[in-house]
Amino acid sequence: MIKLENVDKKYDNGQYALKNINLHFKEGNLNVLIGPSGCGKTTTMKLINRLIQPSSGKIFIDGKDISTINPVTLRRSIGYVIQNIGLFPHMNIAANVAVVPRLLKWDKGRYEQRVDELLNLVGLDPDSYRNRYPSELSGGQQQRIGVIRALAAEPDIILMDEPFSALDPISREQLQDELVRLQQSLKKTIVFVTHDMDEAIKIADHIVLMKDGAVVQQGKPETILRHPANDFVKSFVGEKRLADSEAPTVPLVDDVMASRPVTAYPTRGLAEALKMMENNRVDSLLVVDKSKKLIGAVTIFDVLKHYRDETKTLLDVVKPFSLTVPSGAPLTEALHLMTEHQTPYVAITSSEQDFIGMVTRGSVVKHLAEVFPMEGE
Amino acid sequence: MQNYFEFLADRYPDIWHATQEHLLISGISVALGCLVAIPVGIYISGNCPKWVRSILFSVANIFQTIPSLALLALLIPLLGIGLRPAVFALFLYSLLPILRNTYTGFQSIDIALLEAARGMGYSKWQQLWRIRLPLALPFIMSGIRVTTVYIISWATLATLIGAGGLGELIFSGLGVNRQELVLTGAIMAILLALLADFLLGAIERAFSKSTHRKAA
Repeated sequence: MIKLENVDKKYDNGQYALKNINLHFKEGNLNVLIGPSGCGKTTTMKLINRLIQPSSGKIFIDGKDISTINPVTLRRSIGYVIQNIGLFPHMNIAANVAVVPRLLKWDKGRYEQRVDELLNLVGLDPDSYRNRYPSELSGGQQQRIGVIRALAAEPDIILMDEPFSALDPISREQLQDELVRLQQSLKKTIVFVTHDMDEAIKIADHIVLMKDGAVVQQGKPETILRHPANDFVKSFVGEKRLADSEAPTVPLVDDVMASRPVTAYPTRGLAEALKMMENNRVDSLLVVDKSKKLIGAVTIFDVLKHYRDETKTLLDVVKPFSLTVPSGAPLTEALHLMTEHQTPYVAITSSEQDFIGMVTRGSVVKHLAEVFPMEGE
Repeated sequence: MQNYFEFLADRYPDIWHATQEHLLISGISVALGCLVAIPVGIYISGNCPKWVRSILFSVANIFQTIPSLALLALLIPLLGIGLRPAVFALFLYSLLPILRNTYTGFQSIDIALLEAARGMGYSKWQQLWRIRLPLALPFIMSGIRVTTVYIISWATLATLIGAGGLGELIFSGLGVNRQELVLTGAIMAILLALLADFLLGAIERAFSKSTHRKAA
């Protein structure tokens, strides 16, 4: 667990790189620091392994103030992946991966075994890669080595500074997927810096959005997408992405409800009812009185059964209709009822039990057609 | 030609002695040059103030520009004659190329690598010995190589202040007008320079091979 308390970072010229940063990175979480360039995200990350000293404020790792820990010792206990890969060109792959274990004076046998284990973890055959040099590897392979080098000495915390930004889009996607896969089993506390919102949404458990040296908003990716705190967040996240994130959410019954449902007053005669059904091509009607109370439903069979009796009105043949969904409920509730009761429609009622509309199979289809327009439309 | 071989057979001990002296003078000069210029080069490629760097480069530059005969003459009142002033003069000449190459080598190291080394917990000395020095080594080696070659050729002047070496053969040959002496001194100096260049070149290649520098 990493905690930053009231951290300021002031440049020599008096300008603030960071203003009153308070952050809490939970254990086992993949935390993403994101923001435009110059927002202080990298500075914030480098505070954690003391590559940068705060001007004021304190940083704690597992409750211990890191200013009391020797920086070299501290850094050896924290994995570090840098933006430009940063493999040492004069060391072969095995030596590069074993850097921190060797600094920590592990036995040769122990770190050699660890190197093989890690190479296998990212799908590189130890026998063919161990003795190669970084320049003989592709960019994607090099950064895989960069990532496992950070894991080598089994640190609890890993800092990653835009690790995939220099890669081609395909390698980047692959490495993001691999990171997510690795993290599922490793459960490290990761602080990951990026400027790429797609990347952040894909991998993050927790996003910290920064601007001008301050935290603008933080939370789960879902929360930030759904409830951007202000216009900056909105524009940074991107209007399109916000719209995308809303599309898959379940609409309310009110959005899907047929605006002018076919209903009849209980005082209508049966012939009139039959005519309405014929005109609207439906086989049943909801009966609603003038004060908008839902009285029930009649089917064409009910009407035909009593059709000869000219004195009867709908009120005499109506059957109670209990399939109602309150206004404001999600569409799923209506769909569930319709499926369960094999009925082509449900009624929507207001909080005062007034009838306000219907969700029918037709209105659902119509809504879907609006939400998912045809390509090129 | 027949005469020349007779001459060689005859004067073989003298030639061998002069060659050894020559190697000694050049070798000590370059070694001292490395001992001073490499650490200074490392220092000025670090966080040293800019003015310190310019002063050091200017001083090394000035040594380089003093005509060699004049420098030797100037050193006589200070250090007398013999091996010491000769080695000192050649040492001064060796400073600039080694210094410049060391500086360039250290400057050429990718900042990202140093950041990575620091962030992974290399101490200051470990960064120097395990990362920076190996990466700058090809540059330093080529500086040493260039310096050695021309120090070997300039060392022929050392005889003028009584330091001996192959220059002695050349100058005594000039004095008594014996072409074969002049020729032998010159040829031996050339051979020494070529040999040193070849050996140092091989070492340099061995280093740059192991570093696998992507750009180079």
